[in-house]
Amino acid sequence: MLSAFLQFLISGVTVGAIYALCGLGFSIIYNASHVINFAQGEFIMIGAMTAVSLVEAGVPMPLAILLAILVTMAVGVLLEKLAVEPARKASVTTLIIITIGASIFLRGLAQEVWDKNFHKMDPFSGDTPINLFGAVLMPQTLWVLGTALLVILLLAWFFNRTLEGKAMLATSFNPLAAQLMGINTKRVLMLSFGLSAALGAVGGIVITPITFTAYDNGIMLGLKGFSAAVLGGLGNGFGAVAGGLIVGIAEAMAAGYLSSAYKDAVAFVIILLVLVFLPNGLFGRKGTERV
Amino acid sequence: MTLLRVEHLNKEFGGVHAVSDLAFTINPGTIHSIIGPNGAGKTTLFNLITGVYTPSSGSILFNDVPTAGKAPYQLAEDGMSRTFQNLQIFFNMPAIENVMVGRHLHLDRRFLPSLLRLPGIAKGDAQAREKSTELMRFVGLEAYLKADADAMPYGALKRLEIARALAAEPKLLLLDEPAAGLNATESREIDEVIVKVAKSGVTVVLVEHDMKMVMGISDHILVLDYGKKLAEGTPDQVRNNPDVIKAYLGGGAA
Amino acid sequence: MSGLSRWAGLGALAIFLAALPQALPNNYYVDVAVLACFNAIICVGLNLLIGYAGQISLGHAGFFGLGAYASAVLVNSYGWPPLLALLAGAAIVGLMAFAIARPVLKLKGHYLAMATLGIGIIISIVINTEAGITGGPDGIAAGPFSIGSFKLAGERDWYWLMAGLLLATVWLATNLVDSPVGRALRALHGSEVGAEVVGVDTARYKVMVFVVSAVIASVAGSLFAHYTPQLTPTKADFFKSIELVTMVVFGGMASTFGAIVGAAFLTMLPQVLTVFEDYEPVILGGIMMGTMIFMPKGLVPTIAALFNRRRP
Ligand SMILES: Nc1ncnc2c1ncn2[C@@H]1O[C@H](COP(=O)(O)OP(=O)(O)OP(=O)(O)O)[C@@H](O)[C@H]1O
Ligand SMILES: [Mg+2]
Repeated sequence: MLSAFLQFLISGVTVGAIYALCGLGFSIIYNASHVINFAQGEFIMIGAMTAVSLVEAGVPMPLAILLAILVTMAVGVLLEKLAVEPARKASVTTLIIITIGASIFLRGLAQEVWDKNFHKMDPFSGDTPINLFGAVLMPQTLWVLGTALLVILLLAWFFNRTLEGKAMLATSFNPLAAQLMGINTKRVLMLSFGLSAALGAVGGIVITPITFTAYDNGIMLGLKGFSAAVLGGLGNGFGAVAGGLIVGIAEAMAAGYLSSAYKDAVAFVIILLVLVFLPNGLFGRKGTERV
Repeated sequence: MTLLRVEHLNKEFGGVHAVSDLAFTINPGTIHSIIGPNGAGKTTLFNLITGVYTPSSGSILFNDVPTAGKAPYQLAEDGMSRTFQNLQIFFNMPAIENVMVGRHLHLDRRFLPSLLRLPGIAKGDAQAREKSTELMRFVGLEAYLKADADAMPYGALKRLEIARALAAEPKLLLLDEPAAGLNATESREIDEVIVKVAKSGVTVVLVEHDMKMVMGISDHILVLDYGKKLAEGTPDQVRNNPDVIKAYLGGGAA
Repeated sequence: MSGLSRWAGLGALAIFLAALPQALPNNYYVDVAVLACFNAIICVGLNLLIGYAGQISLGHAGFFGLGAYASAVLVNSYGWPPLLALLAGAAIVGLMAFAIARPVLKLKGHYLAMATLGIGIIISIVINTEAGITGGPDGIAAGPFSIGSFKLAGERDWYWLMAGLLLATVWLATNLVDSPVGRALRALHGSEVGAEVVGVDTARYKVMVFVVSAVIASVAGSLFAHYTPQLTPTKADFFKSIELVTMVVFGGMASTFGAIVGAAFLTMLPQVLTVFEDYEPVILGGIMMGTMIFMPKGLVPTIAALFNRRRP
């Protein structure tokens, strides 16, 4: 009984941590540009696929991971430069189509560069399970949680303590004022894509030993990350993390106790219910719209 | 008889008390100005009156009926209309159609007749277009009869909002800084429009920083400061009120 | 659009649709034309919601799918006459859209995108999962469309039906857009509060246009269930929703004829791209990005603007 619950909780928190990273990626870009980047999920896929193929080619794992993150960041920055920046003034709907187009494009490219098969990667530190009150905890799960935690703490430090991070925050609150204060908002935009791509890549890489990866893995993960960001309140970092964990846990519980076919639906039902009562998400900015 | 009665009205945003225990009345057929320094709560007051914001407490009665719980469109049905300090133009539409939207309440807007474009709909549209043309001329926009709203200058858009509000044939018309950003000639033209509107029997509530305009055309002035009533009365009474001079006019500005 | 140019546009479309079959060498092309008509009808409806009223929906394929499956299941499993099943499907979808519209359309921008996306995905998961009713991923066949003893057979029959329906949909949509209802929709797109203060019940109009566009999608879905040999859940999924929105945006938002052009173009594109085989998604994604970057207003409005500039 309890062990089953614990097992579901573990898998929920694990996948939730990836959703959280992905949701953070959405939020960072949203803050910098008010663009929702539907290609966020592809960053996860590209990071994972690159790492996998580098490892397969004999590159030592730590180096492969580092290179994969850099490659994904480059893709993110290119995406921003070539597709998003030229269309900054376009409507929300147009921008959604652009980023969805980018996502289809990247997926198609991945299918060419790699293939349509599933790929796996060895766990970072073996696969001897750890017993936890009757539930099984894989060492890779600890890697996922530890990495996510570290990344979140690093982000918090970056946004609150460094000049660059503060400049990004300032831009999100008032782009014009930020620009007048001498902040290079174009650079902020580029940085936000690089950072989000890195987040996606890290998430994709650490989860791959658990879930496998393939060229079309990014879509659902991306949509879940978007859900996490919206659930927590777009642009709110804490909200994205909370949203990711809620979506992940709800899904795992639904898969465990209801039916695995409906696990994806459960996440969306929760989000719909939350939005009906809190139209700006759980921790989104409230207050009266100024007229 | 009063058209609008405001009692113990309060509005807070977080810690900001934008409107604070405000009470006043407006009689029909007058031009009633509301003045006060930036941030005094004038726009907030308009938003409360027209149902855009809900009061934190207090009540507003329009034609002796409380407005609480009514949406802006319901208050429009009751006979209120307004313009905005921050333009709320339909930039996706031609200028004339902006004004035609103002005819909304006076047109057959049932779904099925519209879908089939029954003769009544076409006729109503033609009349609305005619009436809107007339109103655009009335506010001095004859040059823009064929223009798209997104191709018009700021001053023209301010008037377009007035025409749109008038198209609804309101009993109470609230104008939030109609002369802001206009030059002296344009201001005087707006001035004339407002006086003409008032003469036609519409009660006008005016928020304006242009003191010459306010003092020239108002029957009654309410002075706000930090959301509170500082003074009220005729232009002469307000002009000579020492509190007002001290807090707002700053000596010799009028 | 003035009265005259509306009739001109409708007349041109009628002539084009009437002449088209002569130009199509074989049934393969007629089939593509029929599919384009299906998509065009949905897009004209969706454009009322997205282009005119400014409310995004990333889940519209869900309504298309619900209509399609309502027809397929009622006809196939319960033996209903197709027309009755179509009407029942439209009623179900209409009621459902009505029920969810008010809370959902309170949301704005990306929150609305999320909610509609969620609704679409939930519908598609249910269709995929309830295999006992829907046939699951394998799909279901609804059989031919018949009214009484009259049976619709062959691509050309279908073409005339769908072309006629498209023309009717365009006529109704342009009527609506030019009426006080349509002006209210466009106005709330421009400024909700601006529309409210002259008496437009914005919430009501948003619900209305959401229901209208959902019902149009449902009717198209019901017919599609009979047209396609085997109805599968992919017709109701997220990608179909995205495809529909892309058609609307590509052709030009707030342009009824733009929606038709967008639907026609993007229906033909994959047929052309099949020669590129595996590169199809790369090219499709590239075209989506490229056109939106260089023509953010869409094809028809961009061309119209060029035309107007040249003609002073
Ligand atoms: N939607 C809102 N949310 C938070 N604070 C608000 C909002 N609207 C107004 N305020 C605050 O309420 C106070 C009054 O603002 P208001 O716009 O009513 O002033 P005003 O008298 O119209 O000023 P101005 O002459 O500059 O137009 C200000 O401190 C403003 O910042
Ligand atoms: Mg103001």
